[in-house]
Amino acid sequence: MSYRVVVNFDLCESNAVCMQVAPEVFEVRDDDFLYILDETPAEELRAKVTEAVQRCPKQAIAIAEG
Amino acid sequence: MLIVGASLAGMRAAETLRLEGFEGSITMVGDEPEPPYDRPPLSKEILSGEWQADRTALYRPEALEALELTWRLGVRAVGLDIAGRSVALDDGEVLRGDGVVLATGARPRTLRNAEPLDGVYTLRSLTDALAIREEFLAQPSRVVVVGAGFIGAEVAAVAREQGLSVTMVEIAEVPLQRVLGAEMGAVCAEVHSDHGVDLLMGAAVGSLVGGDDGRVHQVVFSDGSRLEADMVVVGIGVVPNTEWLEGSGLRLGDGVVCDETCLAAPGIVAAGDVARWPNKLFADSMRVEHWDNAVEQGSAAARRLLAGAAGCAGASYTPVPWFWSDQYDRKIQLAGRTREDDEVKVVTGSVDERRFAAIYGRAGRIVGVLGFNRPRHVMLYRRLIASAASWEEALAVAEGDG
Ligand SMILES: Cc1cc2nc3c(=O)[nH]c(=O)nc-3n(C[C@H](O)[C@H](O)[C@H](O)COP(=O)(O)OP(=O)(O)OC[C@H]3O[C@@H](n4cnc5c(N)ncnc54)[C@H](O)[C@@H]3O)c2cc1C
Ligand code: SF4
Repeated sequence: MSYRVVVNFDLCESNAVCMQVAPEVFEVRDDDFLYILDETPAEELRAKVTEAVQRCPKQAIAIAEG
Repeated sequence: MLIVGASLAGMRAAETLRLEGFEGSITMVGDEPEPPYDRPPLSKEILSGEWQADRTALYRPEALEALELTWRLGVRAVGLDIAGRSVALDDGEVLRGDGVVLATGARPRTLRNAEPLDGVYTLRSLTDALAIREEFLAQPSRVVVVGAGFIGAEVAAVAREQGLSVTMVEIAEVPLQRVLGAEMGAVCAEVHSDHGVDLLMGAAVGSLVGGDDGRVHQVVFSDGSRLEADMVVVGIGVVPNTEWLEGSGLRLGDGVVCDETCLAAPGIVAAGDVARWPNKLFADSMRVEHWDNAVEQGSAAARRLLAGAAGCAGASYTPVPWFWSDQYDRKIQLAGRTREDDEVKVVTGSVDERRFAAIYGRAGRIVGVLGFNRPRHVMLYRRLIASAASWEEALAVAEGDG
């Protein structure tokens, strides 16, 4: 089943925790903004993305199914 | 499964059990009446009034429901039987589990020889935060913050932003001296004085004196000097909630003492602010009072229970502790295990502009990184710390990164 990574940028404070957990999907760049590298990551990355959801201190990341 | 402490570490343990496919019953025991809420906003958005209390909820109601937990909120665990893996509650009930997660967190340390006075607060719970907020709205003429740690610093910052007069009192010569060292501690001090906080460093509070109205009106220092105050917030650290485990046979020593896999006894694990374990990455016994650790260790402890149930050995828990603190418009982050006497080197940005990252080294290794509005760099060096990189490697990365 495919899924989509959604970040609420109003909540995100660019602390790069998600990037540490899943660098394939999240990147905080020099401008201190978060970029989503892959909005529909492969199924193998689901566990990492789920961990990023849990670890984001701002509850800014969600997984949308389908 | 039984989880004692229905806050961050306990909830993440419950969530992980479900994610890993555990379908049995999970009972959450917690002495706070509210559904699980998040503490970091208490000293930030709740104190400033930016958020209403309900925004601190850790889970949306649907998400909580989906976890299918059994709730015992508003009751306190008073005893643990290790052999029977059972927990006694203060309402007389005894719950039994195949596995038990101890996640009872910590509570604020209070001033010694302080009689109870109105206008004196510590900050741990939502109730505490709302009471301090209310007091701020009543415009006290001087707020004294005792302790320049992260919580005290955030309270001072919000109080200043609300236009209140604030004095921050600290027993060390600079804030966070034992963690950040003299140089970086001084930078933290300047951030506060720039924003109009009066700093009293190297000052030991002896007692608080109240008036006939039962309200605090003076802080008395151990050298006899006095300071007028009509509100005092005490932020001098926390103590782990382990009293209920005394006599259980578990080893207690500034926390529940676990092995390197978070196991405290067969079928019993601990996580979050209450847990002490040997972190092999730093060859050091740790108890970490940070949000991210509560999340990660809650998960690790849950996996450890499942591994034990399946007859497998657990994995060592070897995180690089990481913490953030919002003060004024600065986001301060610290990763690793830093000490006062570590070597410190600024690797990017400028201290004067208060936007920089500094790395900490000890015994030839990078052991920490401090960032002021430098999130990307903090994570970059946190990875190096996780891979036990040498100081030379870290400096080479700094050279390349600029
Ligand atoms: C005001 C504030 C601001 C913070 N800001 C930050 C920040 O900016 N960044 C950061 O990294 N960290 C921050 N923290 C730290 C972070 O919130 C804690 O590390 C985290 O809450 C620890 O989670 P825990 O589940 O281990 O413990 P706790 O959150 O303390 O939860 C333990 C729970 O167990 C309950 N309990 C205790 N004893 C019993 C018993 N006998 N029976 C039943 N229940 C019991 C407690 O009431 C509590 O609900 C902050 C903490 C506070 C208080
Ligand atoms: S962890 Fe959350 S707050 Fe941090 S950068 Fe990622 S989405 Fe933003």
